[in-house]
Amino acid sequence: MFAAIHATPGDSENLLRLAQEFSPQVEKTAADTVALDADGLERIHGLPQQIAGALARRAVERGLQASVAIAANLDTAVHAARGFAGVNVIPYGDEAKYLGSLPLTLLGPTPEMQETLERWGIRRFRDLAALPELGLAERLGPEGLHLHKLARGAGDRPLVPIREPLHFEEEAELDYPLELLEPLMFVLARLLSDLRARLVSHGLATNALRLRLKLENRGEHTRTLRFPVPMLDTKAFLKLFDLDLGAHPPPSPVVKVWLEAEPAKPRAAQTGLFIPISPEPEKLELTLARLKSLVGDGNVGSPELLDTHRPGAFEMRRHGDAEMRRHGDTAMPMRAIRPPRTARVQMASGQPVHVQADGVRGHVISSAGPWRTSGDWWTHDPWARDEWDVALSDGALYRIYSERGRWFVEGSYD
Amino acid sequence: MAAVALGRDFEFKVVRPEVCPTGIAEVDALAGGLPQGCLTEIYGPASSGRTSLMLAAMAQSTGSENVCALVDASDAFDPASAAAAGVQLERLLWVRCGGNAEHALKAADLLVQGGGFGLVVMDLADTPAIAARRISMTSWFRLRRAVEHTPTVLLVVEQQPHAKTCASLTLEMRREQVSWPGAPDAPSCARLLRGMRVHVDRRKPVPAIAASFESRW
Repeated sequence: MFAAIHATPGDSENLLRLAQEFSPQVEKTAADTVALDADGLERIHGLPQQIAGALARRAVERGLQASVAIAANLDTAVHAARGFAGVNVIPYGDEAKYLGSLPLTLLGPTPEMQETLERWGIRRFRDLAALPELGLAERLGPEGLHLHKLARGAGDRPLVPIREPLHFEEEAELDYPLELLEPLMFVLARLLSDLRARLVSHGLATNALRLRLKLENRGEHTRTLRFPVPMLDTKAFLKLFDLDLGAHPPPSPVVKVWLEAEPAKPRAAQTGLFIPISPEPEKLELTLARLKSLVGDGNVGSPELLDTHRPGAFEMRRHGDAEMRRHGDTAMPMRAIRPPRTARVQMASGQPVHVQADGVRGHVISSAGPWRTSGDWWTHDPWARDEWDVALSDGALYRIYSERGRWFVEGSYD
Repeated sequence: MAAVALGRDFEFKVVRPEVCPTGIAEVDALAGGLPQGCLTEIYGPASSGRTSLMLAAMAQSTGSENVCALVDASDAFDPASAAAAGVQLERLLWVRCGGNAEHALKAADLLVQGGGFGLVVMDLADTPAIAARRISMTSWFRLRRAVEHTPTVLLVVEQQPHAKTCASLTLEMRREQVSWPGAPDAPSCARLLRGMRVHVDRRKPVPAIAASFESRW
C-alpha cells in the first residue's frame, strides 16, 4: 500500500518532512509530490481512510494545501493525488474506474506521443485504457504500452526511497558525572560497539573517530583519532582512546558523551608470497600510540630532510606520511649530539689543539678544517660557522664548530 | 640394530636461521649476515664503525622494501648521514628516547611484539655503560623470546656486550686507522677526513674470526 501527497510547489522540503513523519521509505516523485510506503501504518492509524485522514490533518497543521491519495500501487496513488483534490482512497481492483476521468497529461507523455493521442481524440485515462493492447503496441511501441498500463492503474514501479546522507553518531547521557577514565571506557566500549554494528550493516569502516565530551563545568573536551587506513577493530579503537585520553584527560568530570565515526570503504589488500613483510596497519597504529605515550608525541615518526644546507635540518613526519625522496649528497655517518655541546677549544697557530666539553676531552691528534659554511642569510634565522673534523686522544673522531665566537661539539663519526 | 635406528630418529639437527645481508660484503662473509628471529649485538668504543654497520644494515633492509624501526636511546641518529648511506627514510620509524634506556627497552619490546618490521635496531651506543648494565637479563631474555620465530632482525648497538647468552651473533668493532688524505705535515685546511678502516671480530658464535672493511665517505 502506498500513499501520495501532492501540494503547492515551493513547499517541497515541508512536504518531505511531512512524509518522513509517517514513514522512513519516502520517494520524492516531483517537486510538488511525494510518495511513501504506507504498509504497517494501519497498525497505528487504522483503515486506509484513517491513514489518509491523518496525513491530510498533519498537512494542514504544517500549513500545506495538499491532496492525499492511497492506492495499492505507487503510480495510481501518485496520479490520484495529482489529479483529485482532497482525500482519496482507491480500492484495489478499481484503479482503472477511479482514474478514468483524469487527463492524459498527468501521465507525462512525450510531446510527439501527446500529439498523436490528441489526433486520435484520446484525452482521458479511460480512453487510452479502452484501446486494445496489441494494436497499441504495434502503433506506439513500448512507450505506448507503458502509458496504457499506467492509465489502467496497473503500474508496478517500486518506490525509490530518498537516501539520507549517512551519519554515524552515538551518544550517551550519563546518570552521574564520571571522573575516572576507566568507567568512561566502559561507556565508550558500548558506543563503539553500536557504531561498529551500524558501519558493518552498511559495509563500511571508519578512518576517523571524533569524541566529544560534555563536562560538568559546561565545557567541552574533543579528541579526534585519525587512522591511516579504514578500520573496524573495536578493541583497537578502545585502546587508542584509552592511550589518547590518558595523555590528554578531560579537565572536569564528564556528563555526556558523543562519538562520531567518519565512514569510509573498507581496506582491500591482496597479499602475496613474495611481498616483503610490513606491519599490519591496525597493529602499527596501536604500537605507535603506545610509543607516543611512552616517549612523547613528537619523538615518534619518520625523519624527512629539509631542503636546506643547514646542518642537521630535518622534521619528524607521521610514519607513512613522509615523502619518497632520494638523496645523492654524500654525508658522513655521524652520531649527532642534540643539542650541540658547548666546548672549550684551545687554538695554536690557527688550529685546535685541545677540546673539552661535557663527556668529551682530549688533545687533538689530527684535524681537518676549517670548512666555512653559511646560509639562510636572507631570512631572520641566518647561520654561519667554521667546522673542523678532529681526532682526539680519547680515541674518537668528532666534528666541532665555532659560531659567533663560541665552540660546540656537533657529533662523533662512527 | 633397533637401537641404532632409534638413535638415527633422534639425531640432533641444528636449524640455522635465515639471514639478511648487512650490506657490507666483508661482514657478510664473516658472519653470514644478520640472523632473522635472533638478537644480534654490535659493540665497540666511539668511532669504531658501529654506526656505519648499523646504517648499512638499515639501508639494505629498507632497500628490500622492508619497514625498519630505530629505537634511539640517546637521540644520536643523524638523518642526513642515513640518507647518504642509502637508508630510505620513509620506510624508517624513528623512536627518540631522549637518553632514557628504560624507555628504549620498552619501545623495542613494543615494536618487536607489534611485528611486521624487517629490522628493529636498538641504539644504546651512547648510553653510559653503567646505565646499560642495569638492564636486567630478564629484559634481554624477554626481547629474545619476543623476536624468536619472527622474520625480524633485532640489532643492538652498544659499547659493551650485555645480552650475554641471549645474543645469537656478537660482533666487536674497532677502528684500525683513519684516512686523512694529504701530506702529514700539511696544514689542516689542506686535509680532509675521508674515512676509516674498521676491524670486526666475530665473538659469537665461536670460533672467533675477524675481518676488516673500509668505511669511506
